[in-house]
Amino acid sequence: MTTPARSGHAASPGRPRVVIVDDHGLFRSGVRSELGDQVDVVGEADDVQPAISVITQCLPDVVLLDVHLPGGGGQLVVSSLRAALPEVRFLALSASDAPEDVIAVIRAGARGYVTKTISGVDLVDAVRRVAAGDAVFSPRLAGFVLDAFASMPDAAQGRPLFDPELDQLTTREREVLRLIARGYTYKEIARELTISIRTVETHVSSVLRKLQLSTRHQLTRWAAERKLT
Amino acid sequence: MGFEVTVVRLVIVVASLITVGFAAMVYVGMWLLVPATGAESTIWHKARADKRGITLAVGLGSVLFVLILVLQNLGAGFLGNVEWPLILCAAGLVLILRNAPLDEQATLRDVAAPLLGLTEGGTRRRVWLRVAAAILLLAVGSGFLAYGHESLAMLRPVAGAVLVLVGAALLLGPWWLGIARDLAEERRARIRAEERAEMAARVHDSVLQTLAMIQRRADQPQQVIQMARAQERELRAWLFDGRAPGSLEGEDMTLASGIRLIQQEVEAQHGVPVEAVTVGDCDLDDDLRTLLAAAREATVNAAKWSGADVVSLFAEVEPGEVSLFVRDRGRGFDPDAVPEDRKGLAESVHGRMTRHGGSASVRSTPGQGTEVSLTMPRAAGERQPSRA
Repeated sequence: MTTPARSGHAASPGRPRVVIVDDHGLFRSGVRSELGDQVDVVGEADDVQPAISVITQCLPDVVLLDVHLPGGGGQLVVSSLRAALPEVRFLALSASDAPEDVIAVIRAGARGYVTKTISGVDLVDAVRRVAAGDAVFSPRLAGFVLDAFASMPDAAQGRPLFDPELDQLTTREREVLRLIARGYTYKEIARELTISIRTVETHVSSVLRKLQLSTRHQLTRWAAERKLT
Repeated sequence: MGFEVTVVRLVIVVASLITVGFAAMVYVGMWLLVPATGAESTIWHKARADKRGITLAVGLGSVLFVLILVLQNLGAGFLGNVEWPLILCAAGLVLILRNAPLDEQATLRDVAAPLLGLTEGGTRRRVWLRVAAAILLLAVGSGFLAYGHESLAMLRPVAGAVLVLVGAALLLGPWWLGIARDLAEERRARIRAEERAEMAARVHDSVLQTLAMIQRRADQPQQVIQMARAQERELRAWLFDGRAPGSLEGEDMTLASGIRLIQQEVEAQHGVPVEAVTVGDCDLDDDLRTLLAAAREATVNAAKWSGADVVSLFAEVEPGEVSLFVRDRGRGFDPDAVPEDRKGLAESVHGRMTRHGGSASVRSTPGQGTEVSLTMPRAAGERQPSRA
């Protein structure tokens, strides 16, 4: 808590400090120019090992992390830094949208996932949200989660839940995810369900927690099914 | 009629047993001439205008007449009393069937269904079964005839009957054939009308859409050429290879891959990114293909008219139904203020969905965007893992 980097992070809440990790230089510079002066890009990396050292050095608020890296998946970066640097938040970016990679990065500890086609404004918004400790679900991630948790509840099939609280989504969470998948913003969801934006954020965060902590075997089976094909 | 319908019918049945069929004739006649409760005109009134129906009735009457003549010659004289009521009843029923109100027609069709099944080709096996049964019956029948009359000379009436039949066929055959052909023609016309509607919807989805695009982008020759080429390919595939434009008839097409196809096509043709999300997956059947066609139309509409920079497409497969949402954050419109002749939404989306038992609704606010929700019930409830 005494290093200059960390105090800097606390001093400028309006401009999150960001590290971009992607193996394509062109994409990195594209993201950099799209983020503009809304955020403070403090470092870049093109692979797992450089990423780990840059992040440890810069201690950014948010790491924009490509799911696919030549030296291993993006989840390697997350899992090797998560315990040591709990205050660094990861936002996964992917072009391919392979569900098993996305889920792996989320389960490794990323706070959200957006597609690379996201607009500059939305990306800045997502970075801010993650920096503030919220979860960011793109429509696609919402779809993945619904899919993974979708099939009949285990209890209905006579199988015991590992943890009933973690292994199932509530009706409200499901509604929120559906609306995200349909392209609604948090504000629009709040209006649609007549709840506050804060409540929407709480639901999304709680879904993220379930996604990361659930040992629900359906989740692993779901991911495995998709890996096979 | 003031009495309970069932009572009247029972009385008629008993009476026709006693009067050897004349009461049945009276019943059919009354059916023709007495207006039903609530109806203004009688069936007879309509039937008189139906020239083809009259021809059909007279044709059927003549066939029955010849048949009965043959039967009489075979010595089945007892039929003689029933003959006239029978013929008139049959002819009357034809007129009724063609001119009765729709619900009565449906009832009559249900009754006649097994009969129609005899002539309309079922499976091959059934046809063979029928032929075999007919041959067996013929053989047994002729056997009985030969045995019963002992002397072959007594078979002469049979020969006479055969001659009468052949004669009648020669005389009236062409006319009967003509009637049968008319019937077939009529059915074909109906099928053609249905196909025309389907074709109009398809041409609207593909050719007309492309032409509209070309007009709007007339100042960008490269894009116009590209669109024209794509449309040409699609049209050729449809006309010469029988693959309908925008049709999703791939061998192992699933809902998710169909959605991906829509995404790719719309992105390529309209240059608007489509964010597609599917939850669950299932194989396609006719209903779901319709759902996809409607979704495609809604997505194209959003890409073309909304002005939004991204269109969201979300599909969820549930055990009982598949729901699909197409949303844009574009300029929106007032759904009540759409003129009748703009067919896009009404025919391509709404009409298609309801024809296949699904439903469609549109929510749009000017300035805030549009969301089209489509729901299609699923025939089979089996949930299948998606192929990602």
